Amino acid sequence: MATVIAFWVLAILSVVASIAMVVTKNPVRSALALVGTFICVAAFYILLSAQFIAAVQVIVYAGAIMVLFLFVIMLLNLGSPGALRERGSLQPIIATGLGICFLIALLLSGSLLSLPLPAGVRPAEYEPLGTVRAIGINLYDPNQPWLFPFEATSILLLVAVIGAIIMAKRKV
Amino acid sequence: MITTSHYLVLSAILFTIGVIGVLVKRNPIVIFMCVELMLNAANLSFIALGRHFGQVNGQMYVIFALAVAAAEVSVGLGIIVAIFRSKETINVDEVNLMKS
Repeated sequence: MATVIAFWVLAILSVVASIAMVVTKNPVRSALALVGTFICVAAFYILLSAQFIAAVQVIVYAGAIMVLFLFVIMLLNLGSPGALRERGSLQPIIATGLGICFLIALLLSGSLLSLPLPAGVRPAEYEPLGTVRAIGINLYDPNQPWLFPFEATSILLLVAVIGAIIMAKRKV
Repeated sequence: MITTSHYLVLSAILFTIGVIGVLVKRNPIVIFMCVELMLNAANLSFIALGRHFGQVNGQMYVIFALAVAAAEVSVGLGIIVAIFRSKETINVDEVNLMKS
């Protein structure tokens, strides 16, 4: 019962925060609304027994990435609402209509609304799914395919660091 | 009773809000935020389906998606700063260098 209440409260909060992110004109306010959405998603991860991913979500997304966003907004002095003039046209209405069509298409496609429960999986097995121990054992298991992508991710992050430095430098 | 379908529908709604934001907004930083929202929606459905099938592999995908998102944001914001230096604006309607 508690999980049902938590789900609905968090679902309404996350949808409202993400709509506020799109609607507001001020980039700083939309960044703060996005932080609210990220924290709601992290709480969903805890409800889905993915504790490690929830912690990483708060640290990386709500911490590092949003600080980077806010830093760039302040650096480029885009904090005032009139800094970028939104074009007054039919585009938002058409985009919203097409987005709702997209949502309906997503909901009608496949088995989104009626997933079959796989045989042989009981809810009791869900509990230790996302602990640091389970994630670590699975990530470094040589029989699983995750070790090579893990190493490739380190190369990707190195390339991203070099690319960001070169992009932001005045003269290369 | 909250089933996996609830999480998938919520993920679809968040993804759609991100799509509408990308289409509507003119500020590339906010467009980036909407892309992050779409990535989060995809991550949420990964984790919901992973728990549905009793596997930890869905969470593995989320770890790699997080790393890719961090890399994308750092490079993308660097590009935005570079464009702002050269053109003094970042409105996506006015930055049309590649439009012939």
